[in-house]
This record gives sequence, structure tokens and C-alpha cells, in this order.
Amino acid sequence: MNIFSAENLFCVRGGRTVFTGLGFTLKAGEALVLVGPNGSGKSSLLRLMAGLLKPASGILRWGAEEISEDPEGHGGRLHYVGHHDAIKPVLSVSENVSFWASLMNGGSGNGETTLGALNTLGIGHLEKVPGRFLSAGQKRRVNLARILSTPAPLWLLDEPTTALDRESITSLETAIIHHRAGGGMVVISTHSDMQLANHQVIDLAGFAETCPMLEHSL
Amino acid sequence: MNGFMTVLKRDLHLAIRQGIDSMTVVMFFVLIVIIFPFGVGPEPNILARVASGVIWVAALLASTLSLERLFQIDYEDGSLELLSLSSVALEVIVLAKVTAHWLTTGLPLIITAPLLAVLLNMNKEGLLVLILALVVGTPSLSLVGAVGAALILGARRGGVLLALIILPLYLPVLIFGVSAVDAIINGFEAKAQLLILGAFFLAALPLCTWAAATSIKQAIE
Repeated sequence: MNIFSAENLFCVRGGRTVFTGLGFTLKAGEALVLVGPNGSGKSSLLRLMAGLLKPASGILRWGAEEISEDPEGHGGRLHYVGHHDAIKPVLSVSENVSFWASLMNGGSGNGETTLGALNTLGIGHLEKVPGRFLSAGQKRRVNLARILSTPAPLWLLDEPTTALDRESITSLETAIIHHRAGGGMVVISTHSDMQLANHQVIDLAGFAETCPMLEHSL
Repeated sequence: MNGFMTVLKRDLHLAIRQGIDSMTVVMFFVLIVIIFPFGVGPEPNILARVASGVIWVAALLASTLSLERLFQIDYEDGSLELLSLSSVALEVIVLAKVTAHWLTTGLPLIITAPLLAVLLNMNKEGLLVLILALVVGTPSLSLVGAVGAALILGARRGGVLLALIILPLYLPVLIFGVSAVDAIINGFEAKAQLLILGAFFLAALPLCTWAAATSIKQAIE
């Protein structure tokens, strides 16, 4: 059984302590919601989890293995949705999605799974439309179709509902239910209220206390 | 290997769809070389004397012009983050992007160079060696340039900064590229210079790939 855990995470950005002493344990099928005011470190924590950032101290583990020991392996088992949608304006919607799918699968982008993922989010009809004609909400939906098109046990979603309408949020909630039912884990930072069944919550405001000794040394 | 091909295909695809970029580089290259005779005068002997130097310097500048966008666009739209999170090693992705860059800018330069060399009154032996030297030398330009392109990520006015970083690093390629052509025109062997260019490429291949990947990791933190 997969377990994704962290202990004693200490995150510094630009010489400022963002959070300290943070830990969590996430088992297969579980969901973790990150809440907290702007600047409290929700995005930083997600980037730490993805391996894009390195913690100043503390350890992140997948099972027994530290993620910093095998960054490529960790990258291969997670989907990350950040602030940018990574949509190429000159590529069509399906080309955009299938590129990422084939990079994940190591070479084979499957047209059917791509279309399936697009349909799930209600943008199947935009399949051939170049990225530059998409609205902000449609771009976000294409980005979410990217994570649906290939399986990965860990989803890290940073404000995934930005620019989404109510209907798309519902499709995303359904997708998350399926993902969790299949043993997947999901970590979401959100300001809007998403309907998730029995999830853990981390309030980052509670980890913001400063550590005078380290601040001094920085 | 699959990851390499996937990224290479995507970058070539993007370059073809927005063909302007690669055309601009070639036009810039041609224009610099054509402007030169207006400056130094149309005397055929003088032109033949400076031809290899002019073509090489123009190639360096043209290559610098196109490098700014090598990682910048992927960085701005979030693709670079996702690329670095894929199971493919970032070094492989960098190598694929550099290869695509060379195919879309270095190769067109090599194809246009003979035409310009004739325009500058270079003889046949010189022309052949010039092409050989460009074939061996321009991949090094793309590789060294990739390090600069990765270092400027996140900087404003990155293009000028990029030129300042990489033009000095291009000097060895310029020196041996030009001297290979000069040697053959003056009746000497050009083999040594070409071998040194080759050695420079072989050294740049692992070093620059690694350095560019490392500085990209730094940039997306």
C-alpha cells in the first residue's frame, strides 16, 4: 500500500520562513485539503510535495523511500497542476493533451484516452481547436484533461478550480472520487468550497510561527 | 530515448507551426553578410580575405538571436515545470530541445552559408571547409547557448544579457572555425582545426547539457 508522508518540513522562500514543523501522512485513497490565507505557503507546500522545491529541512517520503533520492521516479508517479496551464497556442487541444500523455507513458499517446479525458471535462468538441482560441476556463479544463489522460497515483492540485464554472467543478469532483476509489491520493489547495468526502485538512496558518535562531542565520 | 523523441517532435512541430522564428534567424544571417561589402568596399580580394570571418561572426550573432526563446516560452507558460516533473531526466529533455534548436536554426544557416560564401568571393576549397566547420561547430553554439538561455530564465531584458554571457564563450568556436578556412585558402591542411572543433563539441555535449539542466532546476524553484 502506498503511503506519502512528510515530517518536520521547514520551508524558506526568499529568506523568509513560510512554514515550519509541518508533517502529514497520506494513505492510498485519501485526500488532503490545504487551507490558509494568501502567502501562507499552500503553493510552496505543493511544490515541495512535487519535488520542484527542496525543503530547508525535513523529509518527504513515498513509502520508505525519500523522494529526493529518485526525483525522476517521483515525477513519474504524480500529476501537478500549478498556476499556469502549459497550453501551447499553436497546438490543438488534443495535441496539447496527448503530448503530455506520451511523455508520461514514455512514447505512446493514445488518441482514445485523450478524447475520453476531454469528454469527461466537457471539452470533447474543442478537440481540434488551437490553444490560442481557448478561454481561461477552457485552458484550465484542458490542463485537467492532461492529468485524467494518464494514470498517476498522486495528484497535486494548486487551486484547480480557478476560472472553472460550477459544472466543471462538479466534473472535477467526480474525477477525484474515481481517482480515490482506484487507490489514488490527492492534495488540493483551495479557496472555494469543493465537495470532498472525508478528507484531512491542513491549515497552514497554524505552522507560520517563526524560528528566531534560523532566521538570524539567514 | 522515447522521451527524447517526444520532446524533439513537439519542438519541431512548434517551430514549423510558428515558422517565423527560424526564418527570422536566416534572414538576419543573410542580411549581416550582405551589409558587409557596403562597409569594407566591393574589392574582391578584400572580400575573399574576410569572408570566413564575416560568415562565422554572422552565424554567432544569428544563433544568439534565436536562443533567448529556447526555454523562455516554456518557462513562462508553465511547461518547463511539467517537463522537469516528468519521468524523463531533465538532461534528456534539454538535449532534445537543443537538437530541435539546431535543426531549426543551425541547419538552415549551414544551407545558406555556401551561397553567401560565393557572394563574398570565397574559392571552392574554402567553401567546402567552411561547410564542414559549420557542421561541426554550430552544434556547439546551440549547446553553449542553451546554458546561457537557461541562466537568463526569469530575468527581464534577457536577450541582451544572454549575448553578454555566451558571446565570449563562443570565441573558441569562432577562432578555430575561421582558421580552418584560412588555412585551406592559404594552402595548408585544415584537419587540426576541424578536429579541435569536434573535440569542443564532444566536451560541450555532456557539460552544457548538465549545466543547462541544473540551472533550469534552479530557475523553477
